[in-house]
Amino acid sequence: MTNWIDIGALEDIPQRGARVVKTARGCVAVFRTGEDEVHALDDRCPHKGGPLSEGIVHGGSVTCPLHNWVFDLNSGVAKGADEGQVATYAARVEDGRILLDATDLVARSAA
Amino acid sequence: MQKLVVIGAGMASGRALEHLIEADPTAYDITLFNAEPRGNYNRIMLSPVLSGEKSFEEIVTHDEDWYAVHGITTRFGEKVVSIDRDRKVVIGENGEVPYDKLVFGTGSSAFIIPCPGHDLPGVVAFRDLEDTTAMSEASATPGARAVVIGGGLLGLEAAAGLRLRGMEVTVLHLAGHLMERQLDPSAGYLLQKDLERRGITVLTEASTKEIYGNGKVEGVRLVDGTDLPADIVVMAVGIRPQVQLAKDSGLAVGRAIHVDAQMVTSDPDIYAVGECVEFEGNVFGLVAPLYDQAKVLAKTLLGQDDTFVVKQLSTKLKVTGCDLFSAGDFADGDTREDIVFRDPARGVYKRLVIEGDKLVGAVMYGDTADSNWFFGLIKDGADIAEMRDTLIFGPAFQGGAQADPLAAVAALPDDAEICGCNGVCKGDIVAAIKAGATDLGAVKATTKASASCGTCTGLVEQVLAVTLGDDFKMPAAQPMCGCTDLTHEDVRRLIKASELKSMPAVWQELGWKTKDGCHVCRPALNFYLLADWPLDYKDDLQSRFINERKHANIQKDGTFSVMPRMWGGITTPDELRAIADAADKYGVPTVKVTGGQRIDLLGVKGEDLPAIWKDLNDAGMVSGQAYSKGLRTVKTCVGTDHCRFGTQDSTGLGIKLEKALWGSWTPHKVKLAVSGCPRNCAEATCKDVGVICVDSGYQVGVAGAAGMDVKETERLADVKTEEEVLDYTRAFIQLYRENAKYLDRPYKWVAKVGLDWVKQQVVEDVANRQALVDRFELSQSIYRKDPWAEHVAREQPRYAPIANLVQEAAE
Repeated sequence: MTNWIDIGALEDIPQRGARVVKTARGCVAVFRTGEDEVHALDDRCPHKGGPLSEGIVHGGSVTCPLHNWVFDLNSGVAKGADEGQVATYAARVEDGRILLDATDLVARSAA
Repeated sequence: MQKLVVIGAGMASGRALEHLIEADPTAYDITLFNAEPRGNYNRIMLSPVLSGEKSFEEIVTHDEDWYAVHGITTRFGEKVVSIDRDRKVVIGENGEVPYDKLVFGTGSSAFIIPCPGHDLPGVVAFRDLEDTTAMSEASATPGARAVVIGGGLLGLEAAAGLRLRGMEVTVLHLAGHLMERQLDPSAGYLLQKDLERRGITVLTEASTKEIYGNGKVEGVRLVDGTDLPADIVVMAVGIRPQVQLAKDSGLAVGRAIHVDAQMVTSDPDIYAVGECVEFEGNVFGLVAPLYDQAKVLAKTLLGQDDTFVVKQLSTKLKVTGCDLFSAGDFADGDTREDIVFRDPARGVYKRLVIEGDKLVGAVMYGDTADSNWFFGLIKDGADIAEMRDTLIFGPAFQGGAQADPLAAVAALPDDAEICGCNGVCKGDIVAAIKAGATDLGAVKATTKASASCGTCTGLVEQVLAVTLGDDFKMPAAQPMCGCTDLTHEDVRRLIKASELKSMPAVWQELGWKTKDGCHVCRPALNFYLLADWPLDYKDDLQSRFINERKHANIQKDGTFSVMPRMWGGITTPDELRAIADAADKYGVPTVKVTGGQRIDLLGVKGEDLPAIWKDLNDAGMVSGQAYSKGLRTVKTCVGTDHCRFGTQDSTGLGIKLEKALWGSWTPHKVKLAVSGCPRNCAEATCKDVGVICVDSGYQVGVAGAAGMDVKETERLADVKTEEEVLDYTRAFIQLYRENAKYLDRPYKWVAKVGLDWVKQQVVEDVANRQALVDRFELSQSIYRKDPWAEHVAREQPRYAPIANLVQEAAE
């Protein structure tokens, strides 16, 4: 089951940049690559908790601003010699809007 | 003292003077004539000057100082009219000079094909600085076209240089393949392909009919009717010795001035050296034999014995990226056999020509690493019968050794020539190393190896490595990052030379291996581009490290620090109140006084940044840029305002400096200090630029450090006025901005380029200092502004979350 939520316009995120979505499970970083693909990952480096949304986006990767760990935006897996993985969430662009699958992100209220 | 007159300040006569003065500075009273209005420069390096890879200043070998120090009377820009051998006087345009000994160093001039139109403005040779300047000027017009007549060494270097300057270039060559005197057709083909890949059109078997144009060059027409429009035509078909003056003086002249093996002409008091010389039927165009002649001439002038001998020559092309080598004789013959190796994928071609059991010729393209070893075999006439089967694979394969480039150098005999330009063999270099020259600079200074064209630099380093073993650290050419094989220095040079003004242009033109770089190269490229093209390039926030993208220092927990500027470390009660209010309002956990005399607010949440900046802006404060690779702080003491020892207004000067420099981006952070007296309370002697006030003015020091390394500043200059301090500082910072590698602090950069060079650029050359200041101010017209105010106004949204799903409920 998916729960696509419109979180904003593609233009709201700079190319090769990111913005943060606040959720009940912590911050999620939504990245926009140089080719206008979007990817959503936990905004927390498994190494020392650095905010990945503040990193430099290059190709399909992001570099953590604290200690330069590099993560694949598709898989969330650390590249090179570093070992670790960040949780990823489905995201896509439709008619210029960014849709995020919030199934695992929204509060499981009693509704 | 005997009077020596030298006609012509070329590479050969210049080198002869060096040898002469080194051996006996008092032997002669020397007068030097030169028709060109300047002294000696390294003419073979005009190619990199043309391509923009070097400046003319870098290739000057003797400047005014050198002539002055050695007491040489210079008559530059003055032609010699005639020589009266009976009275022993040289008659120049501005009067006579008597001589006891006379040296002809009149060199050669370009051969100009006497076709119709050869005298039109816009037809140039490629011989001197004027030609080079004319070519650079022609290339300044976008879309300008050049035709180069002649596909030899000089013509191809001219073509490559003009292409690097952005011109449409066509090379016309009469023979069937390029450089036919040095290359065989296969190597010529590979060279042509490489040049065509660079966008140079090559037409072989192209015979020029006429150059046409109305009042100036408009194009070239070939015998086959082809019409090539052109804004400039470069004639590079050959050189012809300049012998008219010698002929008129009644000296024996054939193709050039006849000399014996001691460089003496038919008149025992007159000598000749260089390209104007004919010896045993040979004339000379490459630099190596000229330097040999210079050595012999100096000895002869001092009454010592030496003999010039004609040696085997090798050729290398100075076009970045085209590796070719040729030596010896490689014409086909019944008694000759070839060994050929080709690797089409790598564009490698090697051919060895063997006669009997000897190697007589070698041509290599694409991989010339072993060329010196082969050249040695040719020169020595070595017997190669034993290693014939594996000869083509080079020295590493002889005797079962591993393929190790160092092994090849280790295997070279002591008399193997390493530096062809200066005739320096391996033994000379090893001797110099053993005498204490343990790095490249020292070897260059003591032996002159790699001091001319520089292509043997790698070999010299390998000799150092072999000789010193583990004591020598090979200065590996570190690529910028995994995205490219180019070094920072290469990239900086190419950004300037090829006028690359955007990030995609760099990626494309310099063959980046990744789509859009990485976190290592992008910030460096962003800096290089904005420093070199302040008006054309738009600063790319997404290529900046987070601190510079969000104008605050990221802390280990992902929060930021905020530090307003306090000009010269001076603040007011109102500013302090505003800082205190901001700290309260945004729950700042830590307030810290910094080493640079500022107040830092640590632990601010990213999304609060625009709001806290706005509050500080409203109180009149701007960003302190405590996060930037740029001007950080100017630290001061109170100077004459309050201090009983102060000699000048150090606080006021510090504020002026900070107001001039703030906002400028630099390769790494830059910190200044101004102390009001030599007690140095502002600790100015360990800063990037540190000023010490004294009674008579200001001592400006640069290149200090107090971080990972601790180093005292070195004195750039002593000046009298505050205006001069401002000018020298801005010029120094701009020189650093234009030349240093990203993330090199000034002290590291100065260690690489040398303080002498920096002084020459900033202190001695007044016009250059002003030009540096002007370029700095041009850049500051864009960047001297408060990024906080700008981000508050325009970029605020990017500091906030794009969405908040905390309240969102699952369906």
